[in-house]
Amino acid sequence: MHKKPLSKQIYDARWCYLFVLPCSILTGMFVIYPIGMSWYFSLLDWSGFTKEAKFIGLQNYYEAVNDEFFWDAFIRSFIFMFGTVPVKIVLGFIIAVFLNNQVLKLAPFFRTVIFMPVVTAIAIIGIVMTFVFSPFNGPANKFLMSTNLTSAPIDFLGNPDTVLPTVMGVYVWKWLGITMMYWLAALQTVPQDVYDAAKIDGAEGYRLWIHIILPIVLPFAIVIILVEAVGALNVFPLIETMTAGGPFFSSEVMEIYIFRTAFVTDSGTMPRLGYACAAGVFWGVAVLFITVLQGLWMRRTRRI
Amino acid sequence: MTRYLNFIAEKNQVKYLIITIAFIIFSFFWIYPLLWVLSASFKTDFEIWGGLGLIPDRLVWENFERAWFGANMGRYFFNTLIITVVSVIIVVVTTGMFGYVIGRYSFPGKKILIGILISTIFIPQGYTIIPVFDLLNNLNISKNLIGLTLATAGHTPVIYILLFAGYFSRVPVELEEAAKMDGAGFVRTFISIMLPLTKPVVATVSILQVLHAWNDFLLPVVITLGNPDIRTLSVGVYAFKGEYFVDWSGMAAASVITILPIIILFLFMQKYFVEGVQGAVKG
Repeated sequence: MHKKPLSKQIYDARWCYLFVLPCSILTGMFVIYPIGMSWYFSLLDWSGFTKEAKFIGLQNYYEAVNDEFFWDAFIRSFIFMFGTVPVKIVLGFIIAVFLNNQVLKLAPFFRTVIFMPVVTAIAIIGIVMTFVFSPFNGPANKFLMSTNLTSAPIDFLGNPDTVLPTVMGVYVWKWLGITMMYWLAALQTVPQDVYDAAKIDGAEGYRLWIHIILPIVLPFAIVIILVEAVGALNVFPLIETMTAGGPFFSSEVMEIYIFRTAFVTDSGTMPRLGYACAAGVFWGVAVLFITVLQGLWMRRTRRI
Repeated sequence: MTRYLNFIAEKNQVKYLIITIAFIIFSFFWIYPLLWVLSASFKTDFEIWGGLGLIPDRLVWENFERAWFGANMGRYFFNTLIITVVSVIIVVVTTGMFGYVIGRYSFPGKKILIGILISTIFIPQGYTIIPVFDLLNNLNISKNLIGLTLATAGHTPVIYILLFAGYFSRVPVELEEAAKMDGAGFVRTFISIMLPLTKPVVATVSILQVLHAWNDFLLPVVITLGNPDIRTLSVGVYAFKGEYFVDWSGMAAASVITILPIIILFLFMQKYFVEGVQGAVKG
Protein backbone atom coordinates (compact mmCIF):
# COMPACT_ATOMS: atom_id res chain seq x y z
CA MET A 1 0.00 0.00 0.00
CA HIS A 2 1.49 3.34 -0.92
CA LYS A 3 1.13 6.43 1.18
CA LYS A 4 -1.63 8.90 0.50
CA PRO A 5 -0.53 12.28 -0.90
CA LEU A 6 0.14 14.92 1.76
CA SER A 7 -2.80 17.10 0.76
CA LYS A 8 -5.16 14.15 1.21
CA GLN A 9 -3.59 13.33 4.58
CA ILE A 10 -4.06 16.92 5.72
CA TYR A 11 -7.64 16.97 4.47
CA ASP A 12 -8.43 13.73 6.29
CA ALA A 13 -7.02 15.15 9.48
CA ARG A 14 -8.97 18.43 9.27
CA TRP A 15 -10.77 17.71 12.54
CA CYS A 16 -7.47 17.08 14.25
CA TYR A 17 -6.23 20.51 13.27
CA LEU A 18 -9.43 22.10 14.45
CA PHE A 19 -9.07 20.37 17.79
CA VAL A 20 -5.50 21.50 18.41
CA LEU A 21 -6.29 25.05 17.36
CA PRO A 22 -7.72 26.60 20.57
CA CYS A 23 -4.90 25.41 22.78
CA SER A 24 -2.31 26.33 20.14
CA ILE A 25 -3.68 29.87 19.90
CA LEU A 26 -3.49 30.35 23.67
CA THR A 27 -0.01 28.87 23.93
CA GLY A 28 1.05 30.92 20.94
CA MET A 29 -0.24 34.14 22.48
CA PHE A 30 0.98 33.66 26.02
CA VAL A 31 4.07 31.50 25.70
CA ILE A 32 5.55 31.37 22.19
CA TYR A 33 4.94 34.99 21.18
CA PRO A 34 6.27 36.39 24.48
CA ILE A 35 9.44 34.33 24.13
CA GLY A 36 10.07 35.83 20.71
CA MET A 37 9.13 39.34 21.76
CA SER A 38 11.39 39.35 24.80
CA TRP A 39 14.33 38.83 22.42
CA TYR A 40 13.21 41.84 20.42
CA PHE A 41 12.45 44.05 23.44
CA SER A 42 15.89 43.29 24.83
CA LEU A 43 17.40 45.23 21.94
CA LEU A 44 15.43 48.38 22.72
CA ASP A 45 15.88 51.36 24.95
CA TRP A 46 12.27 51.41 26.11
CA SER A 47 10.48 52.32 29.35
CA GLY A 48 7.44 50.23 28.47
CA PHE A 49 4.92 52.96 29.22
CA THR A 50 5.44 55.13 26.21
CA LYS A 51 5.48 54.32 22.54
CA GLU A 52 8.97 55.72 22.14
CA ALA A 53 11.49 52.97 21.78
CA LYS A 54 14.97 53.24 20.37
CA PHE A 55 16.82 50.33 18.84
CA ILE A 56 20.16 50.09 20.58
CA GLY A 57 21.41 46.64 19.60
CA LEU A 58 23.21 44.69 22.29
CA GLN A 59 23.79 47.66 24.55
CA ASN A 60 21.38 46.37 27.22
CA TYR A 61 23.27 43.11 27.37
CA TYR A 62 26.53 44.96 27.62
CA GLU A 63 25.19 47.00 30.49
CA ALA A 64 23.79 43.94 32.27
CA VAL A 65 27.01 41.94 32.24
CA ASN A 66 28.81 44.97 33.62
CA ASP A 67 26.33 45.47 36.44
CA GLU A 68 27.52 44.21 39.78
CA PHE A 69 23.93 43.75 41.03
CA PHE A 70 23.10 41.60 38.03
CA TRP A 71 25.87 39.11 38.79
CA ASP A 72 25.14 39.16 42.51
CA ALA A 73 21.53 38.25 41.77
CA PHE A 74 22.60 35.68 39.19
CA ILE A 75 24.90 33.89 41.61
CA ARG A 76 22.41 34.20 44.44
CA SER A 77 19.82 32.33 42.39
CA PHE A 78 22.20 29.40 42.12
CA ILE A 79 23.14 29.58 45.80
CA PHE A 80 19.42 29.32 46.44
CA MET A 81 19.16 26.29 44.16
CA PHE A 82 22.17 24.44 45.59
CA GLY A 83 21.10 25.26 49.13
CA THR A 84 17.52 24.03 48.85
CA VAL A 85 17.36 21.19 46.31
CA PRO A 86 19.63 18.67 48.13
CA VAL A 87 17.84 19.34 51.42
CA LYS A 88 14.44 18.79 49.82
CA ILE A 89 15.53 15.63 48.00
CA VAL A 90 17.04 13.99 51.08
CA LEU A 91 14.41 15.12 53.58
CA GLY A 92 11.58 14.26 51.18
CA PHE A 93 13.03 10.79 50.67
CA ILE A 94 13.37 10.08 54.39
CA ILE A 95 9.81 11.19 55.10
CA ALA A 96 8.46 9.20 52.14
CA VAL A 97 10.25 6.06 53.34
CA PHE A 98 8.61 6.40 56.75
CA LEU A 99 5.16 7.23 55.39
CA ASN A 100 5.25 4.31 52.96
CA ASN A 101 4.82 1.93 55.88
CA GLN A 102 1.54 0.07 56.12
CA VAL A 103 2.07 -0.35 59.85
CA LEU A 104 2.13 3.40 60.47
CA LYS A 105 -1.60 3.94 60.96
CA LEU A 106 -1.39 7.73 60.98
CA ALA A 107 0.62 7.93 57.73
CA PRO A 108 -2.25 9.44 55.66
CA PHE A 109 -2.72 12.13 58.31
CA PHE A 110 0.98 13.00 58.37
CA ARG A 111 1.03 13.09 54.59
CA THR A 112 -1.86 15.57 54.58
CA VAL A 113 -0.17 17.80 57.15
CA ILE A 114 3.16 17.85 55.33
CA PHE A 115 1.43 18.62 52.04
CA MET A 116 -0.68 21.45 53.51
CA PRO A 117 1.81 24.31 52.83
CA VAL A 118 1.94 23.26 49.16
CA VAL A 119 -1.70 24.23 48.58
CA THR A 120 -1.38 27.48 50.52
CA ALA A 121 -0.97 30.60 48.37
CA ILE A 122 2.73 31.39 48.18
CA ALA A 123 2.26 35.14 48.53
CA ILE A 124 0.31 34.60 51.75
CA ILE A 125 3.05 32.35 53.09
CA GLY A 126 5.60 35.06 52.36
CA ILE A 127 3.52 37.67 54.18
CA VAL A 128 2.69 35.45 57.16
CA MET A 129 6.36 34.52 57.48
CA THR A 130 7.33 38.17 57.88
CA PHE A 131 5.20 38.05 61.06
CA VAL A 132 6.48 34.66 62.17
CA PHE A 133 10.10 35.78 61.89
CA SER A 134 9.53 39.31 63.16
CA PRO A 135 12.14 40.41 65.71
CA PHE A 136 9.37 42.20 67.64
CA ASN A 137 7.67 39.37 69.49
CA GLY A 138 7.31 37.15 66.40
CA PRO A 139 6.43 33.53 67.26
CA ALA A 140 9.80 32.18 66.05
CA ASN A 141 11.74 34.50 68.33
CA LYS A 142 9.27 33.97 71.18
CA PHE A 143 9.83 30.24 70.93
CA LEU A 144 13.62 30.53 70.75
CA MET A 145 13.71 32.87 73.75
CA SER A 146 11.26 30.91 75.88
CA THR A 147 13.35 27.78 75.38
CA ASN A 148 16.51 29.80 76.08
CA LEU A 149 18.04 28.98 72.71
CA THR A 150 18.83 32.65 72.26
CA SER A 151 18.90 35.50 74.73
CA ALA A 152 18.16 38.34 72.30
CA PRO A 153 15.67 38.28 69.40
CA ILE A 154 17.17 37.46 66.01
CA ASP A 155 16.26 39.78 63.14
CA PHE A 156 15.94 36.89 60.69
CA LEU A 157 14.78 38.96 57.72
CA GLY A 158 16.49 42.23 58.58
CA ASN A 159 20.04 40.95 58.79
CA PRO A 160 21.89 40.37 55.48
CA ASP A 161 23.57 37.29 56.97
CA THR A 162 20.43 35.46 58.05
CA VAL A 163 17.92 36.58 55.43
CA LEU A 164 18.84 34.14 52.66
CA PRO A 165 19.03 31.02 54.87
CA THR A 166 15.66 31.98 56.41
CA VAL A 167 13.99 32.40 53.03
CA MET A 168 15.55 29.11 51.89
CA GLY A 169 14.18 27.38 54.96
CA VAL A 170 10.69 28.70 54.28
CA TYR A 171 11.00 27.59 50.65
CA VAL A 172 11.88 24.04 51.73
CA TRP A 173 8.96 24.03 54.18
CA LYS A 174 6.53 25.31 51.56
CA TRP A 175 7.38 22.76 48.84
CA LEU A 176 8.65 19.69 50.69
CA GLY A 177 5.20 18.07 50.35
CA ILE A 178 5.65 17.90 46.58
CA THR A 179 9.08 16.25 46.87
CA MET A 180 7.61 13.76 49.31
CA MET A 181 4.79 12.94 46.84
CA TYR A 182 7.33 12.41 44.04
CA TRP A 183 9.28 9.99 46.21
CA LEU A 184 6.14 8.17 47.29
CA ALA A 185 5.29 7.67 43.61
CA ALA A 186 8.83 6.39 42.99
CA LEU A 187 8.68 3.96 45.91
CA GLN A 188 5.43 2.57 44.51
CA THR A 189 7.37 1.26 41.53
CA VAL A 190 9.52 -1.06 43.64
CA PRO A 191 8.05 -4.50 42.84
CA GLN A 192 6.78 -6.25 45.94
CA ASP A 193 8.46 -9.57 45.01
CA VAL A 194 11.88 -7.92 44.65
CA TYR A 195 11.41 -6.48 48.07
CA ASP A 196 10.18 -9.77 49.55
CA ALA A 197 12.98 -11.76 47.90
CA ALA A 198 15.58 -9.39 49.27
CA LYS A 199 14.13 -9.79 52.74
CA ILE A 200 14.26 -13.57 52.49
CA ASP A 201 17.88 -13.34 51.38
CA GLY A 202 18.53 -11.51 54.59
CA ALA A 203 19.13 -8.03 53.15
CA GLU A 204 18.11 -5.66 55.88
CA GLY A 205 18.35 -2.10 57.07
CA TYR A 206 20.54 0.20 55.08
CA ARG A 207 21.83 -2.62 52.85
CA LEU A 208 18.33 -3.34 51.60
CA TRP A 209 17.92 0.35 50.79
CA ILE A 210 21.28 0.92 49.16
CA HIS A 211 21.54 -2.26 47.10
CA ILE A 212 17.94 -3.06 46.24
CA ILE A 213 15.65 -0.05 46.46
CA LEU A 214 17.93 2.85 45.58
CA PRO A 215 18.90 1.46 42.14
CA ILE A 216 15.22 1.00 41.29
CA VAL A 217 14.21 4.53 42.24
CA LEU A 218 17.31 6.20 40.77
CA PRO A 219 15.76 7.03 37.38
CA PHE A 220 13.05 8.87 39.31
CA ALA A 221 15.65 10.68 41.36
CA ILE A 222 17.03 12.25 38.21
CA VAL A 223 13.64 13.51 37.06
CA ILE A 224 12.92 14.78 40.55
CA ILE A 225 16.25 16.63 40.71
CA LEU A 226 15.58 18.23 37.33
CA VAL A 227 12.09 19.42 38.26
CA GLU A 228 13.26 20.64 41.66
CA ALA A 229 16.29 22.47 40.27
CA VAL A 230 14.22 24.45 37.77
CA GLY A 231 11.60 25.10 40.47
CA ALA A 232 14.21 26.53 42.83
CA LEU A 233 15.16 29.15 40.22
CA ASN A 234 11.56 30.43 40.13
CA VAL A 235 11.06 31.88 43.56
CA PHE A 236 9.74 35.34 42.78
CA PRO A 237 6.50 35.32 44.83
CA LEU A 238 8.07 34.05 48.04
CA ILE A 239 11.02 36.45 48.05
CA GLU A 240 9.03 39.43 46.78
CA THR A 241 6.48 39.09 49.59
CA MET A 242 8.98 38.18 52.31
CA THR A 243 11.82 40.63 51.69
CA ALA A 244 11.38 42.18 48.21
CA GLY A 245 15.08 41.41 47.79
CA GLY A 246 16.22 43.30 50.86
CA PRO A 247 17.82 44.23 53.12
CA PHE A 248 20.33 46.03 50.91
CA PHE A 249 19.67 43.61 48.02
CA SER A 250 21.03 40.73 50.10
CA SER A 251 18.20 38.39 49.08
CA GLU A 252 17.77 39.70 45.53
CA VAL A 253 17.62 36.71 43.16
CA MET A 254 17.42 37.04 39.37
CA GLU A 255 13.63 37.26 39.12
CA ILE A 256 13.50 40.03 41.71
CA TYR A 257 16.23 41.88 39.81
CA ILE A 258 14.22 41.62 36.58
CA PHE A 259 11.02 42.75 38.30
CA ARG A 260 12.80 45.65 40.00
CA THR A 261 14.38 46.98 36.83
CA ALA A 262 11.13 46.52 34.89
CA PHE A 263 8.42 47.79 37.18
CA VAL A 264 9.55 49.18 40.50
CA THR A 265 9.81 52.91 40.16
CA ASP A 266 9.87 54.14 43.73
CA SER A 267 13.64 54.56 43.71
CA GLY A 268 13.05 57.51 41.42
CA THR A 269 14.44 55.87 38.30
CA MET A 270 12.38 55.22 35.19
CA PRO A 271 11.20 51.66 34.59
CA ARG A 272 13.23 50.04 31.85
CA LEU A 273 11.43 47.17 30.18
CA GLY A 274 14.03 46.80 27.45
CA TYR A 275 16.85 46.40 29.91
CA ALA A 276 14.81 44.03 32.09
CA CYS A 277 14.08 41.90 29.03
CA ALA A 278 17.78 41.64 28.27
CA ALA A 279 18.41 40.45 31.82
CA GLY A 280 15.47 38.06 31.44
CA VAL A 281 16.74 36.62 28.16
CA PHE A 282 20.20 36.14 29.60
CA TRP A 283 18.64 34.39 32.56
CA GLY A 284 16.26 32.29 30.45
CA VAL A 285 19.14 31.06 28.30
CA ALA A 286 21.15 30.17 31.40
CA VAL A 287 18.21 28.18 32.81
CA LEU A 288 17.68 26.47 29.47
CA PHE A 289 21.36 25.58 29.34
CA ILE A 290 21.16 23.92 32.74
CA THR A 291 17.97 22.09 31.78
CA VAL A 292 19.53 20.73 28.62
CA LEU A 293 22.67 19.73 30.50
CA GLN A 294 20.60 17.87 33.06
CA GLY A 295 18.49 16.30 30.32
CA LEU A 296 21.62 14.90 28.66
CA TRP A 297 22.88 13.61 31.97
CA MET A 298 19.46 12.01 32.54
CA ARG A 299 19.62 10.21 29.19
CA ARG A 300 23.08 8.89 29.85
CA THR A 301 22.22 7.58 33.28
CA ARG A 302 19.06 5.92 32.00
CA ARG A 303 20.95 4.11 29.30
CA ILE A 304 23.26 2.47 31.83
CA MET B 1 -2.71 -0.63 44.19
CA THR B 2 -0.58 0.77 46.93
CA ARG B 3 2.57 -1.11 47.74
CA TYR B 4 4.05 -0.83 51.17
CA LEU B 5 7.64 -1.40 52.08
CA ASN B 6 7.33 -2.25 55.72
CA PHE B 7 10.49 -1.98 57.66
CA ILE B 8 8.76 -1.41 60.96
CA ALA B 9 7.79 -4.87 62.12
CA GLU B 10 4.29 -5.09 63.51
CA LYS B 11 5.51 -6.78 66.64
CA ASN B 12 8.00 -4.03 67.43
CA GLN B 13 5.61 -1.84 69.41
CA VAL B 14 8.23 0.41 70.99
CA LYS B 15 9.80 1.43 67.68
CA TYR B 16 6.34 2.03 66.25
CA LEU B 17 5.34 4.22 69.15
CA ILE B 18 8.54 6.29 69.01
CA ILE B 19 8.15 6.92 65.29
CA THR B 20 4.49 7.87 65.67
CA ILE B 21 5.18 10.29 68.52
CA ALA B 22 8.11 11.82 66.64
CA PHE B 23 5.86 12.42 63.65
CA ILE B 24 3.09 13.92 65.78
CA ILE B 25 5.53 16.45 67.27
CA PHE B 26 7.04 17.15 63.86
CA SER B 27 3.56 17.64 62.34
CA PHE B 28 2.61 20.12 65.02
CA PHE B 29 5.66 22.29 64.36
CA TRP B 30 5.17 21.88 60.62
CA ILE B 31 1.63 23.14 60.66
CA TYR B 32 2.12 25.72 63.42
CA PRO B 33 2.54 28.78 61.14
CA LEU B 34 -0.79 28.01 59.46
CA LEU B 35 -2.55 27.41 62.78
CA TRP B 36 -0.95 30.61 64.06
CA VAL B 37 -2.37 32.78 61.27
CA LEU B 38 -5.78 31.12 61.68
CA SER B 39 -5.79 31.88 65.38
CA ALA B 40 -4.39 35.41 64.80
CA SER B 41 -7.33 36.18 62.51
CA PHE B 42 -9.65 35.82 65.52
CA LYS B 43 -7.49 37.72 67.99
CA THR B 44 -6.97 41.38 68.78
CA ASP B 45 -3.68 42.97 67.71
CA PHE B 46 -2.60 43.10 71.32
CA GLU B 47 -3.28 39.40 71.80
CA ILE B 48 -1.46 38.34 68.61
CA TRP B 49 1.87 39.56 69.91
CA GLY B 50 1.11 38.50 73.48
CA GLY B 51 2.01 34.83 73.42
CA LEU B 52 2.44 31.60 71.50
CA GLY B 53 -0.98 30.19 72.49
CA LEU B 54 -3.35 29.32 69.68
CA ILE B 55 -6.74 29.66 71.40
CA PRO B 56 -8.12 33.24 71.20
CA ASP B 57 -9.74 34.74 74.32
CA ARG B 58 -12.84 35.47 72.28
CA LEU B 59 -13.56 35.28 68.56
CA VAL B 60 -13.03 38.74 67.07
CA TRP B 61 -15.15 38.45 63.92
CA GLU B 62 -14.66 42.19 63.24
CA ASN B 63 -11.24 41.32 61.79
CA PHE B 64 -12.98 39.57 58.91
CA GLU B 65 -15.43 42.43 58.49
CA ARG B 66 -12.56 44.92 58.22
CA ALA B 67 -10.72 42.74 55.71
CA TRP B 68 -13.77 41.87 53.60
CA PHE B 69 -15.21 45.39 53.32
CA GLY B 70 -12.50 47.83 54.45
CA ALA B 71 -9.61 46.27 52.56
CA ASN B 72 -11.79 45.24 49.63
CA MET B 73 -11.04 41.53 50.05
CA GLY B 74 -14.67 40.79 49.17
CA ARG B 75 -14.17 42.19 45.73
CA TYR B 76 -10.82 40.46 45.30
CA PHE B 77 -12.41 37.21 46.39
CA PHE B 78 -14.90 37.34 43.53
CA ASN B 79 -12.22 38.46 41.07
CA THR B 80 -10.14 35.44 42.03
CA LEU B 81 -13.17 33.16 41.88
CA ILE B 82 -14.09 34.32 38.36
CA ILE B 83 -10.53 34.04 37.07
CA THR B 84 -10.17 30.59 38.59
CA VAL B 85 -13.48 29.15 37.35
CA VAL B 86 -13.24 30.54 33.83
CA SER B 87 -9.59 29.60 33.40
CA VAL B 88 -10.35 26.06 34.58
CA ILE B 89 -13.09 25.73 31.95
CA ILE B 90 -10.84 27.11 29.21
CA VAL B 91 -7.92 24.91 30.21
CA VAL B 92 -9.93 21.70 30.51
CA VAL B 93 -11.63 22.20 27.15
CA THR B 94 -8.55 23.26 25.18
CA THR B 95 -6.04 20.81 26.65
CA GLY B 96 -8.64 18.03 26.58
CA MET B 97 -9.18 18.56 22.84
CA PHE B 98 -5.46 18.81 22.23
CA GLY B 99 -4.67 15.72 24.27
CA TYR B 100 -7.40 13.75 22.53
CA VAL B 101 -5.97 14.37 19.09
CA ILE B 102 -2.37 13.87 20.20
CA GLY B 103 -3.20 10.68 22.07
CA ARG B 104 -5.33 8.96 19.40
CA TYR B 105 -4.51 10.23 15.92
CA SER B 106 -1.49 10.76 13.76
CA PHE B 107 -1.45 13.60 11.27
CA PRO B 108 1.15 15.63 9.37
CA GLY B 109 2.89 18.08 11.70
CA LYS B 110 2.05 16.25 14.92
CA LYS B 111 5.69 15.67 15.85
CA ILE B 112 6.57 19.34 15.35
CA LEU B 113 3.63 20.40 17.49
CA ILE B 114 4.67 18.09 20.32
CA GLY B 115 8.28 19.26 19.99
CA ILE B 116 7.28 22.91 20.35
CA LEU B 117 5.18 22.11 23.40
CA ILE B 118 7.87 20.10 25.14
CA SER B 119 10.40 22.87 24.56
CA THR B 120 8.22 25.31 26.52
CA ILE B 121 8.02 23.12 29.65
CA PHE B 122 10.79 24.84 31.52
CA ILE B 123 10.22 28.41 30.37
CA PRO B 124 10.08 30.44 33.58
CA GLN B 125 7.09 32.74 34.00
CA GLY B 126 9.45 35.62 34.69
CA TYR B 127 10.78 35.28 31.18
CA THR B 128 7.46 35.84 29.42
CA ILE B 129 5.80 38.29 31.80
CA ILE B 130 6.89 41.57 30.17
CA PRO B 131 5.69 40.73 26.63
CA VAL B 132 2.45 39.30 28.09
CA PHE B 133 1.90 42.59 29.91
CA ASP B 134 2.58 44.47 26.66
CA LEU B 135 0.34 42.15 24.64
CA LEU B 136 -2.64 42.65 26.95
CA ASN B 137 -2.09 46.41 26.79
CA ASN B 138 -2.06 46.34 23.00
CA LEU B 139 -5.22 44.22 22.86
CA ASN B 140 -6.86 46.62 25.31
CA ILE B 141 -7.80 43.87 27.75
CA SER B 142 -5.31 44.68 30.48
CA LYS B 143 -7.76 46.78 32.47
CA ASN B 144 -10.45 44.14 33.00
CA LEU B 145 -10.66 40.54 34.11
CA ILE B 146 -10.69 39.17 30.55
CA GLY B 147 -6.99 39.73 29.98
CA LEU B 148 -5.95 38.36 33.35
CA THR B 149 -8.17 35.29 32.91
CA LEU B 150 -6.89 34.55 29.41
CA ALA B 151 -3.27 34.97 30.43
CA THR B 152 -3.84 32.72 33.44
CA ALA B 153 -5.32 30.04 31.19
CA GLY B 154 -2.71 30.62 28.50
CA HIS B 155 0.30 29.70 30.54
CA THR B 156 -0.85 26.08 30.38
CA PRO B 157 1.50 23.55 31.83
CA VAL B 158 2.25 20.93 29.19
CA ILE B 159 1.62 18.31 31.86
CA TYR B 160 -2.16 18.76 31.43
CA ILE B 161 -1.93 17.83 27.75
CA LEU B 162 0.26 14.84 28.53
CA LEU B 163 -2.18 13.63 31.18
CA PHE B 164 -5.07 13.80 28.70
CA ALA B 165 -3.07 12.28 25.84
CA GLY B 166 -1.91 9.39 27.99
CA TYR B 167 -5.41 8.64 29.16
CA PHE B 168 -7.04 8.90 25.74
CA SER B 169 -4.42 6.67 24.15
CA ARG B 170 -5.44 3.84 26.46
CA VAL B 171 -9.15 3.91 25.54
CA PRO B 172 -9.91 0.76 23.47
CA VAL B 173 -10.39 1.32 19.73
CA GLU B 174 -13.59 -0.76 19.71
CA LEU B 175 -15.48 1.97 21.52
CA GLU B 176 -14.66 4.43 18.79
CA GLU B 177 -15.52 2.03 16.00
CA ALA B 178 -18.87 1.27 17.61
CA ALA B 179 -19.58 4.99 17.67
CA LYS B 180 -18.63 5.30 13.99
CA MET B 181 -20.97 2.42 13.12
CA ASP B 182 -23.75 4.35 14.80
CA GLY B 183 -22.92 7.25 12.52
CA ALA B 184 -21.34 9.53 15.08
CA GLY B 185 -18.90 12.06 13.62
CA PHE B 186 -15.57 13.21 15.01
CA VAL B 187 -17.00 15.81 17.37
CA ARG B 188 -19.86 13.66 18.62
CA THR B 189 -17.56 10.73 19.31
CA PHE B 190 -15.38 13.04 21.35
CA ILE B 191 -18.19 14.61 23.35
CA SER B 192 -20.49 11.67 23.97
CA ILE B 193 -18.06 8.70 24.06
CA MET B 194 -14.59 9.96 24.96
CA LEU B 195 -15.09 12.88 27.31
CA PRO B 196 -17.27 11.01 29.83
CA LEU B 197 -14.53 8.38 30.11
CA THR B 198 -11.91 10.90 31.19
CA LYS B 199 -13.63 12.21 34.31
CA PRO B 200 -10.63 11.35 36.52
CA VAL B 201 -8.25 13.33 34.29
CA VAL B 202 -10.71 16.22 34.07
CA ALA B 203 -10.84 16.24 37.87
CA THR B 204 -7.05 16.12 38.21
CA VAL B 205 -6.43 18.86 35.64
CA SER B 206 -9.19 21.04 37.13
CA ILE B 207 -7.71 20.78 40.60
CA LEU B 208 -4.18 21.56 39.41
CA GLN B 209 -5.48 24.58 37.51
CA VAL B 210 -7.54 25.77 40.49
CA LEU B 211 -4.40 25.57 42.58
CA HIS B 212 -2.41 27.48 39.96
CA ALA B 213 -4.99 30.16 39.21
CA TRP B 214 -6.01 30.81 42.82
CA ASN B 215 -2.45 31.02 44.12
CA ASP B 216 -0.70 32.73 41.18
CA PHE B 217 1.17 35.89 42.09
CA LEU B 218 3.64 37.18 39.48
CA LEU B 219 1.13 37.50 36.64
CA PRO B 220 -1.66 39.23 38.62
CA VAL B 221 0.72 41.53 40.47
CA VAL B 222 2.14 42.80 37.18
CA ILE B 223 -1.18 43.03 35.31
CA THR B 224 -2.96 44.81 38.17
CA LEU B 225 -0.17 47.33 38.89
CA GLY B 226 -2.31 50.22 37.66
CA ASN B 227 -5.73 48.65 38.31
CA PRO B 228 -6.53 47.91 41.96
CA ASP B 229 -10.09 46.93 40.94
CA ILE B 230 -9.03 43.69 39.28
CA ARG B 231 -6.62 42.54 41.98
CA THR B 232 -6.71 38.93 43.06
CA LEU B 233 -6.64 37.82 46.71
CA SER B 234 -2.89 37.22 46.82
CA VAL B 235 -2.18 40.65 45.36
CA GLY B 236 -4.81 42.17 47.64
CA VAL B 237 -3.17 40.84 50.79
CA TYR B 238 0.21 42.03 49.53
CA ALA B 239 -1.18 45.51 48.90
CA PHE B 240 -2.91 45.38 52.30
CA LYS B 241 0.50 44.87 53.87
CA GLY B 242 1.79 47.98 52.14
CA GLU B 243 -1.21 50.17 52.92
CA TYR B 244 -2.36 49.22 56.43
CA PHE B 245 0.72 47.55 57.79
CA VAL B 246 -0.26 48.09 61.40
CA ASP B 247 -3.53 46.15 61.13
CA TRP B 248 -2.06 42.71 61.89
CA SER B 249 -5.32 41.03 62.79
CA GLY B 250 -7.06 42.38 59.68
CA MET B 251 -4.22 41.09 57.55
CA ALA B 252 -4.40 37.68 59.24
CA ALA B 253 -8.13 37.58 58.45
CA ALA B 254 -7.44 38.55 54.81
CA SER B 255 -4.85 35.76 54.64
CA VAL B 256 -7.33 33.24 56.00
CA ILE B 257 -9.94 34.34 53.45
CA THR B 258 -7.35 33.64 50.74
CA ILE B 259 -6.03 30.27 51.86
CA LEU B 260 -9.02 28.58 53.51
CA PRO B 261 -11.05 27.77 50.36
CA ILE B 262 -8.12 25.93 48.79
CA ILE B 263 -7.23 24.07 51.96
CA ILE B 264 -10.83 22.88 52.31
CA LEU B 265 -10.88 21.82 48.65
CA PHE B 266 -7.62 19.97 49.19
CA LEU B 267 -8.90 18.11 52.24
CA PHE B 268 -11.94 16.86 50.31
CA MET B 269 -10.27 16.07 46.99
CA GLN B 270 -6.84 15.00 48.16
CA LYS B 271 -6.76 12.00 45.83
CA TYR B 272 -6.80 14.17 42.72
CA PHE B 273 -4.17 16.56 44.06
CA VAL B 274 -1.86 13.63 44.68
CA GLU B 275 -2.47 12.11 41.26
CA GLY B 276 -1.82 15.41 39.53
CA VAL B 277 1.40 16.07 41.39
CA GLN B 278 2.70 12.55 40.89
CA GLY B 279 1.80 12.61 37.19
CA ALA B 280 4.72 14.98 36.70
CA VAL B 281 7.35 12.35 37.52
CA LYS B 282 5.51 9.23 36.45
CA GLY B 283 5.32 10.34 32.81
